[in-house]
Amino acid sequence: MAALTPISRTPVSFYVPVVAAAGAVAGLFVGTAQGSSFLGIIIGALLMSALAYVMTQVVKLEKPSRWALVAVLAIAGFAMGGIAAGIIGGLFGWFFGWFSFWLYEGRYRAYVAPYLTPEQVLWHYSFRVICGAILIFLITPILVVMPLSFNAEDFFTFTPEMLRFDPAGYSLKHYEDFFTNSDWQNALANSVKIAPMATLLSVSFGTLAAIGLSQPHVPFRRAIMAILISPMIVPLIISAAGMYFFYSRIGLQGTYIGVVLAHAALGIPFVIITVTATLVGFDNSLTRAAANMGAGPVTTFFRVQMPLILPGVISGGLFAFITSFDEVVVVLFVGSAGQKTLPWQMFTGLREQISPTILAVATILVIVSIALLTVVEMLRRRSERLRGMSPG
Amino acid sequence: MTDTAEHTGPMMAADGTTLKSSLNRALRRQKLRALGLIAPLLIFVLVTFIAPIADMLFRSIENQIVSETLPRTTAVLAEWDGDSGEIPSPETFEALYKDMFVAKERKLHTRLGSRLNYELTGVSSLFRKSGRKIEDMGEVYQDQFEDFDKFWKDGENWNALMGSEDWLQAQNAWDPKSGDKQPPFELNEAISGLLPETSEAFQTYADFVQNEDQKNLAKQDPWALIYSALYNDISAGADVSGYSGPGSAELLAAMGAATEFETVDYAAAFEEVDKDWHDVEVWQTIQTYSPEFTSGYFLNAVDMKKSPDGAEMRPENEQLYIKLFIRTLFMSLVITGSCILLGYPVGWILANLPARTANLLMILVLLPFWTSLLVRTSAWKVMLQQQGVINDTLVWLGVVADDSRLALINNQTGTIIAMTHILLPFMILPLYSVMKTIPPSYLRAAKSLGATNWTAFWRVYFPQSVPGIGAGSILVFILSIGYYITPELVGGTTGTFISNRIAYHISSSLNWGLAAALGAILLAVVLGLYWAYDRIVGIDNVKLGG
Repeated sequence: MAALTPISRTPVSFYVPVVAAAGAVAGLFVGTAQGSSFLGIIIGALLMSALAYVMTQVVKLEKPSRWALVAVLAIAGFAMGGIAAGIIGGLFGWFFGWFSFWLYEGRYRAYVAPYLTPEQVLWHYSFRVICGAILIFLITPILVVMPLSFNAEDFFTFTPEMLRFDPAGYSLKHYEDFFTNSDWQNALANSVKIAPMATLLSVSFGTLAAIGLSQPHVPFRRAIMAILISPMIVPLIISAAGMYFFYSRIGLQGTYIGVVLAHAALGIPFVIITVTATLVGFDNSLTRAAANMGAGPVTTFFRVQMPLILPGVISGGLFAFITSFDEVVVVLFVGSAGQKTLPWQMFTGLREQISPTILAVATILVIVSIALLTVVEMLRRRSERLRGMSPG
Repeated sequence: MTDTAEHTGPMMAADGTTLKSSLNRALRRQKLRALGLIAPLLIFVLVTFIAPIADMLFRSIENQIVSETLPRTTAVLAEWDGDSGEIPSPETFEALYKDMFVAKERKLHTRLGSRLNYELTGVSSLFRKSGRKIEDMGEVYQDQFEDFDKFWKDGENWNALMGSEDWLQAQNAWDPKSGDKQPPFELNEAISGLLPETSEAFQTYADFVQNEDQKNLAKQDPWALIYSALYNDISAGADVSGYSGPGSAELLAAMGAATEFETVDYAAAFEEVDKDWHDVEVWQTIQTYSPEFTSGYFLNAVDMKKSPDGAEMRPENEQLYIKLFIRTLFMSLVITGSCILLGYPVGWILANLPARTANLLMILVLLPFWTSLLVRTSAWKVMLQQQGVINDTLVWLGVVADDSRLALINNQTGTIIAMTHILLPFMILPLYSVMKTIPPSYLRAAKSLGATNWTAFWRVYFPQSVPGIGAGSILVFILSIGYYITPELVGGTTGTFISNRIAYHISSSLNWGLAAALGAILLAVVLGLYWAYDRIVGIDNVKLGG
């Protein structure tokens, strides 16, 4: 992004007080943790403003002074509270070095429109801070779970050893438990048995139906669409209740087939939506050309249509897979102990005997979902490129 | 001119039919092919998903258990005037005795008891108690018949008396160890005309022994119920003098003696078992719930109950569901509101940043969206606990004291925080896709025309983003009112939703009808919202993660 506004250095009377204010906030936290918030505010404000002044007006060299600040604060932190505090100190040093020069050199104006008033510039940056906080809110739970899964104790919070980055505070024992405990292994095996079957069912039926639905003349299109999408709309607890009642009537409750059928039904809307979306850009003259050259409908489908819509089919299948793999409400009712899946085991674990093995499982699942997300995103890009919808 | 005359007729296709009909045929074929492709999935969804939902709706009004378990009683009771304040006639008690006897043998009386207990507390124990004592009630006749003549004690004699000759031969020839099916009991036609009530009772007994109990009929002794039926037939003036089959002599002798027998007053006998049987309310409840279909579950689901004077509210301390519905709606609104509040800025910044940065930040939104729901719920459980990460951090910072840690979990706060986090991507994604289409030049134009920042946003940008807010809000709201897992795990008792109550009724209290009725109401609300969503956004525009 090119700079929009020429920048100039700002007066001491502007940036030193701002750095002091930021220093006061940081001092508040450090001071509270050390026992006196008031003292923390005063010391933080004075120290940071003085350092900012020295760096910009006395040393005047940006790079060395910023590195020096990182080093000084890291050492101070280490002296106060070990490695963890040292790292926090280093981060503070990096931030204040950057912040002081960012303000001093007037860089904060570079990328905003030149006609903005100072209040608008302030709002511009506060808004970004707010958005950053919200994004952090979105990601924190996942970030907290990952390190906690390496906890050497059976606690759900960071132990002092972990905070000191003491290797004794970390261990792989929860992962070991997951891979050796028969409950978890059975659950994993069940999940692996159920999800692919359900995915296979919903993808094969769903793709055919999506092709049918994207033909130009389909009677009752809206009604059919509403029925096919309904498993996604109806709250899971209602689907679960209905399936429980109905499947116990016809003897499918508590069977493998019952769970697979239920999960396939839940996955179908995702396949329909992704595949119809892919078919929107499909050029029907290709199938006509194939037919013209003597290909039968089956050959046309597998040799012409399928390769082109494959990315959509695969991502629909991944959605269906994730739906089944993550699903807990329906399997809770439709399944019996013999169909206990991974999410079910986690659910009982969370409700009854809380064990940190859940966190290890959670971490593994997060990694699996990151992998799947990457695949879906790549497929989406590929499909858009194939259809010429995006240049990249 | 002949040339033009040829072309004035209908256009012809190559095969000689008119072009119009040829086109129509092609169109029809196309439609059929499309339907043929859709049909397998449609049937699949109808069987695996729509049928269960329909079954649930059916269960919310179905009430055959009362009339199936107590067929005679409900038939007699139909005549009874519940408002009279008088207990039903002696015939009703006699019918109840018969029904109860059969139900007890088939072990159905406790099920009916728990069903009626939903409507009137105490009926369950009343039925269980009566079931235990019902056998003694009829034994008065059994003992007298048996004391009078040993003949009546033996099941074989009864079979010979009541069964047809063919059947009797087949039954005697049948070898229980052979694995063949027991020959089904057939009534002796001569006797069934003479002793109708006894025949009916015996037929029920024989069916039960042969089919449900899977025992050898020849080895069983008849129920006490049959003796009382026989007594009734005799006292009704059955004339068996013309009968000459097996056991005719004993039957004739018994007829003479039976007039002297001690009789049973069923009404008094039931009162002796439990004086609640003379409580008009119990009978009113049975009468109210005799029909095969009932609105009772639905009334129950809105804190009302059936009474002889029509529907009325339940007492204040039994009201639960309206409060729960209101709480569910209120909390869903709060969750939707906080999602708008948090999602709007993020949607804006994603739509207005350069594509590269926006895509990077989008990962932060999509990652939680793709992470397992249970992973996120367990993360919140870990973070919100009394000894959890948030409380520990707050204590470390000195914001709260160690002994007054915040209660963030197992209450409404916990549910709202966790669900806002879980549903936030569903708000951000539609907001983002709408905001992406708003040209940034509009805002600049507004500003260059002299609008302040706020006016430009409020009068120009915001109205254009309203469709996104609408779509996101309805989506989040629909999802949150039906949520089960998260409230169950972090909601405790005050932060649970109506869905948790439905699950409770299915798996713990076994009141399936009420669960179905609550589910039906919830489904109606969701479908209404869904319809609104379709009107605003369109089903076809549902997008998944990007």
